Amino acid sequence: MKPTFLDFEQPIAELENKIEELRFVQDDSVLDISEEIARLQKKSQELTKALYGKLTPWQISQVARHPQRPYTLDYIQGLFTDFHELHGDRSFADDPAIVGGMARFNGQAVMVIGHQKGRDTKEKIYRNFGMPRPEGYRKALRLMKLAEKFGLPVVTFVDTPGAYPGIGAEERGQSEAIGRNLYEMAKLRVPVICTVIGEGGSGGALAIAVGDYVNMLQYSTYSVISPEGCASILWKTAERASDAAEALGITANRLKTLGLVDRVVSEPLGGAHRDHAQMMNALRRVLQEQLKDLNTQPTELLLKNRFDRLMQYGRYREEAA
Amino acid sequence: MSWLNKLLPPKIKRENRADKPSAVPEGLWSKCSACEAVLYYTDLESNLGVCPKCNHHHALSARERLDALLDPEGRREIGAEVRPVDILKFKDSKRYPDRLAAARTETGEDDAIVVMQGSILSQPAVVAAFEFKFIGGSMGSVVGERFVRGVQAAVEARAPFICVAASGGARMQEGLNSLMQMAKTSAALQLLTDARLPFISILTDPTMGGVSASFAFLGDVVIAEPGALIGFAGPRVIEQTVRETLPEGFQRSEFLLEKGAIDMIVDRRELKRRVAELTTLLMDEPALQ
Repeated sequence: MKPTFLDFEQPIAELENKIEELRFVQDDSVLDISEEIARLQKKSQELTKALYGKLTPWQISQVARHPQRPYTLDYIQGLFTDFHELHGDRSFADDPAIVGGMARFNGQAVMVIGHQKGRDTKEKIYRNFGMPRPEGYRKALRLMKLAEKFGLPVVTFVDTPGAYPGIGAEERGQSEAIGRNLYEMAKLRVPVICTVIGEGGSGGALAIAVGDYVNMLQYSTYSVISPEGCASILWKTAERASDAAEALGITANRLKTLGLVDRVVSEPLGGAHRDHAQMMNALRRVLQEQLKDLNTQPTELLLKNRFDRLMQYGRYREEAA
Repeated sequence: MSWLNKLLPPKIKRENRADKPSAVPEGLWSKCSACEAVLYYTDLESNLGVCPKCNHHHALSARERLDALLDPEGRREIGAEVRPVDILKFKDSKRYPDRLAAARTETGEDDAIVVMQGSILSQPAVVAAFEFKFIGGSMGSVVGERFVRGVQAAVEARAPFICVAASGGARMQEGLNSLMQMAKTSAALQLLTDARLPFISILTDPTMGGVSASFAFLGDVVIAEPGALIGFAGPRVIEQTVRETLPEGFQRSEFLLEKGAIDMIVDRRELKRRVAELTTLLMDEPALQ
């Protein structure tokens, strides 16, 4: 697959184009230019390393939204076997913006749930750009309760711009659906591991991200509001999104420092989309380790730890009364 | 911006009173912003900020709200010692500490919620009330922590927990910490569930975003005041997304009642009695005198 380059990656794109051209020439040429190709490839790698070594938060949110980034179903295919997708919230509809079902991870039965974005225009619309409606969150909750009933650990993948702000979504109780999930996930009697794989868009992300471990991929983002939304409110223009991205502290490393996520999972050079297989392997190792740890924990301890951690969220000072 | 505005130095705060409907202004007379009736200020006050002519429910401050619900005697404030900090060194057009200071000056509060233990018609209760004028009643770390301490106090006193929401959502200036308050407050309700104590959630104008999408709809009984705007996304955002005009009364209390999202709409003047009756019923206690 030919990679799509982001605006800030244009210098890399130019090099890669040049390499392509040379390859084309080489095919019907007597001259051996493989050395030149190798030299350019090395240069491209070095350039990528340099660029990715100092990405701004706004650039990272571009990578998090990259159209070729692996999505939930890619991780399900890459990390799990025997996936059986389950559909519907049993009261209104099936929401394709959230997928879920039983599967095996290293042979162990688990419930896997995640936001799902679409690749091409048609699928993007079908998946509603990964923005769930209440029925999506209710399906997710139904699957979590099913997992609880049969003692299966829950593994979630978070990747959404946010819960869908539409008329129908409001009519059917978007707020209640999200709030209900927060409450129920906090006391779900099975291990829950959540990984932000792309965009962690506000309440719509959190609604499937309350768990015992919260991971973020290196170039994913997690935020209380989108940089554009924040900029249009506080700076009165969405143009200032890069300032908002900076101020909000939405990147994996920053959030790890703030103690809000447990683990940052390294991505391949140039982002997860450059090498899906390598990304899968990195995440597999982390999930394996965390699942192994949680499998041994007695339920009561698991719940107590999860609750205590939720209660310690937030920073404030205490003034003597 | 007009040439006159440009002339004024930026430090001088220009308050454009015309586009800000005064809720309950001071002075002898006041005008209802909904029906334009001219009222005695004392009329509004004795009606708890409800216009006696058109029933419009004007905004109340957190302390006015607590006064409207709690008996005057035997009150104790909870979590007042919890104060905000600027974790992210957040700065947009204003620094976050400056916004906090301005909000403090305007409201006399340290953050957007006031929690008080006391009694409602002699029934013990813990009541949390949002202060909308404090950065839009936004929920950050302090709101979350005070909420949780209120819940804990209710459990200790074996009293119901009542929350009166008025909020634009999560507080942007504390970043993801604010988002996590949604999980924190929702999870804390477990404590009430385990102790079999009622949580009564009262939604007032407006209850949106992260507050709406966390504990607000998790009440054992969910009550709204008449005509309150309640929803996940703001009407403007929805309009921009779906590119159509929103139906009349969309996201108002009456609309939510019709859609099955809330249990009841209660006039503010009856709220105290209703809350006391509901909690005594849920706790299977003798009827009020």
